[in-house]
Amino acid sequence: MREFAYARPGSVAEAASTFAGGGEAAFIAGGHTLLPAMKSRLRMPDTLVDLGGIPGLAGIARDGDTLTIGALTTHATVATDAAVAAAIPGLASLAAGIGDPQVRNRGTLGGVIANNDPAADYPAAVLALDAVVTTSAGRHAADDYFQGMFTTALTDGEIVTGVTFKVPQASAYAKFRHPASRYAVVGIFVARFAAGVRVAVTGAGPGVFRWAEAEAALSADFSATAVSGLTLDPADLNTDIHASAEYRGHLAGVMLGQAVTAAR
Amino acid sequence: MQTRLTINGTSQTHDVAPATLLVELLRDDLGMTGTHIGCDTSQCGACNVLIDGVAMKSCTVLAVQAEGKAITTIEGLANGDTLHPMQAAFREHHGLQCGFCTPGMVIAGLEIVRRRGHDLSAEDIAHDLEGNLCRCTGYMNIIKAIQAGAKAMEAHNA
Repeated sequence: MREFAYARPGSVAEAASTFAGGGEAAFIAGGHTLLPAMKSRLRMPDTLVDLGGIPGLAGIARDGDTLTIGALTTHATVATDAAVAAAIPGLASLAAGIGDPQVRNRGTLGGVIANNDPAADYPAAVLALDAVVTTSAGRHAADDYFQGMFTTALTDGEIVTGVTFKVPQASAYAKFRHPASRYAVVGIFVARFAAGVRVAVTGAGPGVFRWAEAEAALSADFSATAVSGLTLDPADLNTDIHASAEYRGHLAGVMLGQAVTAAR
Repeated sequence: MQTRLTINGTSQTHDVAPATLLVELLRDDLGMTGTHIGCDTSQCGACNVLIDGVAMKSCTVLAVQAEGKAITTIEGLANGDTLHPMQAAFREHHGLQCGFCTPGMVIAGLEIVRRRGHDLSAEDIAHDLEGNLCRCTGYMNIIKAIQAGAKAMEAHNA
């Protein structure tokens, strides 16, 4: 890695001001995406602002029909927390399937959604669960927050502080994971609300997106039969060494059926 | 940057460059070469250490991020000449061949015990070893070793 300056601020406000004065600065939380990117020099910040010393950014709180998770909460905590399991079992199982145990002990919710990798798992949950992303500058509805590959509504220096999820009637996440990287080749998050069903797709395209056709079919009839044979148009999907767009389009339908069957 | 941390029970302060990885501090600066660097991309788990009792990949943690933390490496497990029960189980059950992955496997074993207790199924161990690669053994003896090591830890109250 190239050398950089390092700061460990004690508050969100201090972190924002350190970032502003830090040249080409970057925030670090668990570092499990940023540090590999810095090793390969995809990222070369002059200043690293460590959010790890800021109190109050980790934790989980249920408040009626919402569940709020602090940005620094690790995947391991979300995967094992009783309140998450009771409110949104699909979210707990998603967190339990990120990376491996050692990665889950370090990686954070805020880090994942600030980075918005097109194959990351959490963006599918944030979008399907109609969540609100809380930041140092305000709030973003999930529908406005994710803006394509590694792109979000965050402005330079804006810090994710937490995510407030709507508690659904039922939910599940089904992913076909790459066996080495454990990222989603395709991941589908299904969330059933009284007002209708929301379906989010990760891994398949250049960024997480909602699947309108699946949502309409499942809102009318929440069953795997209702979406049997449904596939995504490969024109909008990714082709890489792991899978073609056609393969991903078909796989999305398969994972959708699995998610609906597993929803609880 | 002055960084204060505890390594295997000893509180210490080191002047480290911010770009120094925790595994580099251990191996290069302190000569503690028990912790290995396999892939350097957080895939293989050879660099696993315990940070405040929780297993993490030290190739993907900055040394300065360990400020105020307690680090346990493979060197910190044995009691003098007496191996930790998990280490002894790896020897007893031939849980290693070349030994390169072994420090990370032993730490991963301790992590599994921390989360699941002492009565472990082979399936649970295999599942939880997904972040550790071994290119020699085929894993079967590693699973046996962790299963036996977990029981032995209970017996030894370790």
